[in-house]
Amino acid sequence: MSNKIWIVARREYLSRVQKKSFILVTLLTPIGIALFTILIGIIMNAGSKNSQRVVLRDDTGIIREMATEDKNFPYDFSDRELSVLREDYGSLGYDILVYIPPLRDTAAMKIQASYFSKEKPSLVLLESIESRLSDQIETYRMRRSNIDRQLLESFRADVSLENGRLDPGDPASSANTGKLNIIIGTALGGIMGFMMYLVIFIYGSMVMRSVMEEKLSRIVEVMVSSVRPIQLMMGKLIGVGGVGLTQLALWAVLIPIVLTVAAAFLPGVENPQMSGMGNVTQFDQQSLDGFTGQQIIQAIFDLKWWLILPVFIIFFLGGYFIYSSLFAAMGSAINEDMGEGQQLMLPIVFVVLIAFYMLFPVLSNPNGKLAVFASLFPLFSPIIMPARLAFDPPWWQLLLSIVLMLATVWFFIWLTSRIYRVGILMYGKKITLREMFKWLRYNE
Amino acid sequence: MPILRLENVTKRYKDHLAVDNVSFEVQPGTIFGMLGPNGAGKTSTIRIITTITGPDSGQVYFQNEKLNRSHPSRMGYLPEERGLYRKMKVGEHLVYLARLKGLSTQDATTKSKAMLDRFEALGWWNKKIEELSKGMQQKIQFIATIVHDPALIILDEPFTGLDPINTSLIQDEIFRLRDEGVTILFSTHRMEQVEEMCENIILIHHGRNILEGNVQAIRNQYKENLYEVQFAGRLPETFGEGIELVKTDQLYATFRVPTMESPNHLLRYLMQAGCEIHGFREILPSINEIFIHQVKGISHE
Repeated sequence: MSNKIWIVARREYLSRVQKKSFILVTLLTPIGIALFTILIGIIMNAGSKNSQRVVLRDDTGIIREMATEDKNFPYDFSDRELSVLREDYGSLGYDILVYIPPLRDTAAMKIQASYFSKEKPSLVLLESIESRLSDQIETYRMRRSNIDRQLLESFRADVSLENGRLDPGDPASSANTGKLNIIIGTALGGIMGFMMYLVIFIYGSMVMRSVMEEKLSRIVEVMVSSVRPIQLMMGKLIGVGGVGLTQLALWAVLIPIVLTVAAAFLPGVENPQMSGMGNVTQFDQQSLDGFTGQQIIQAIFDLKWWLILPVFIIFFLGGYFIYSSLFAAMGSAINEDMGEGQQLMLPIVFVVLIAFYMLFPVLSNPNGKLAVFASLFPLFSPIIMPARLAFDPPWWQLLLSIVLMLATVWFFIWLTSRIYRVGILMYGKKITLREMFKWLRYNE
Repeated sequence: MPILRLENVTKRYKDHLAVDNVSFEVQPGTIFGMLGPNGAGKTSTIRIITTITGPDSGQVYFQNEKLNRSHPSRMGYLPEERGLYRKMKVGEHLVYLARLKGLSTQDATTKSKAMLDRFEALGWWNKKIEELSKGMQQKIQFIATIVHDPALIILDEPFTGLDPINTSLIQDEIFRLRDEGVTILFSTHRMEQVEEMCENIILIHHGRNILEGNVQAIRNQYKENLYEVQFAGRLPETFGEGIELVKTDQLYATFRVPTMESPNHLLRYLMQAGCEIHGFREILPSINEIFIHQVKGISHE
């Protein structure tokens, strides 16, 4: 009997993997990610460059005086009348004119200056002008009071928390809870959670579409005269799940290669991997600044990949089976109208989205109450538990989560196959969720 | 020994009784017709026989065993709502369906090739289903139904949408299979096909079995003793001895003869009256007429 599941699964798998579109998507996605990463890098660089030309009319005299000592001072000065400058700054080749009126009170805290520009200057530019002008005035005032700026700088203090060794004899005892590990764990958690979220939708909707096509092309009654509906459904789930695993495995190999190649050819773009991850955990890039590349690579290697990878695959399969069995049940209830499908999908989408948004609070407190709850609750755990993996969740939680998830997989397959077997043979009638609940009670 | 036996099979869906206490037997090597208008419960009955659904009550026996899930592999089912995987190649598709019926890959390939060859379609082996015309696809569907040498073939409205050439091709194939000893259960609402092809029938209406038996026997049972006479000359003005003229035109006349009398009685009477007889035949009611008569009878009850 179960032999038939494999025959079905084999067809479902091969018919997809041999398709041109599968090969193209699998190969082009890493290239697309690389291009996207490079593009983001270029955009970021372009944004930070200041190509705007600024001209100052300084009536205090202070800034001009100080700027003569500062070789890096980027702005030009002009002595023309303000009224003339307001007309001419554009034709002189400047983008923005800044006017600093004379100081009424030499000790004033608040100093008002104005800018003139035909186009809206960026906030970054305005802030950088403000800070440069303030700096010059501050330095000038310090000098007048005989305060050495360098002396003042030397009073500064910067407290940084380092991770202590619980066991003073063992240098490794701090590694797990080290700051770098936390950063990398957060990034990895974000990536894995995000991937699970994508996987559920990509392969779930693949299952749903395939169920619909079988129903609409009327092959399904021929099929169920040879295989039981649950075998057909299981075969389909296994086949498409295999496609998912194949695709992920290929990507796991291809994406790093393509990114490395891209990084080698484009030396101007730093850290393409990290900015790629920035989608999920934006703050990481800044906080990684204090570490050398070698340290980062070492920390990535130090992660317990022997545990993380197999557990990720278990949760990938668990999450996939839970959600795509639901998608299969929904697909079976749809007739010609795709709109119906979207309506039926809504509750599933809603649950997955909740799980996805839980990622953020969970990653900021990966062993908190919410994290523990969400990584045990089987509708959320496939997304949340992988996100926690790099933070060494306790063994009992991991095991309990897997057990609960597998039980839910079993239950959902039982539940959805009861809907599926009725739905696939039901033509021409719009099906509501309430009706689907009634099908659960039908005899075979 | 019947190959298929249904005993008091009942199936209820949410709001209606789809199959209501239906019993019948199908003898091996015969073509058995299951008749009834659309929505009579034919497809529901077939789905029970093919174990797609189970009956709420009653029993089904296949080859003298209580119906179980291993039996469908000895059946071939062509559903009314039928289709194929459009992206698959013809050969691949036939092998796939045959393997699901329990054949090994090698057997499935050999048989699929042989079957395509018989339908002069071996050249289609590597064509995708979607490249085939509708008529070709229907042939492939039929081949897929019989490729695994089933003992019982169930055809639900097999001729809908078929052109006359394919209809007669498949009809011939059905007879050939019957001659080889295969049993065919043939479900349709087109009564005239049944008279041509089936030996035994069951009439289903509103899920209930309203008539069952041998086609000729049923037609004899419901005959109204009508005879058609082809004649020359003049018919008598009046008829006696219970003979009744139903209708007439210049060449033919239809008579009803009293039940206890033989047709010779009518002939004698006409000859005596000086009528020249050129042809004489009994008019049996068509299955369609019997069916309508029966259904009316039920709605009068």
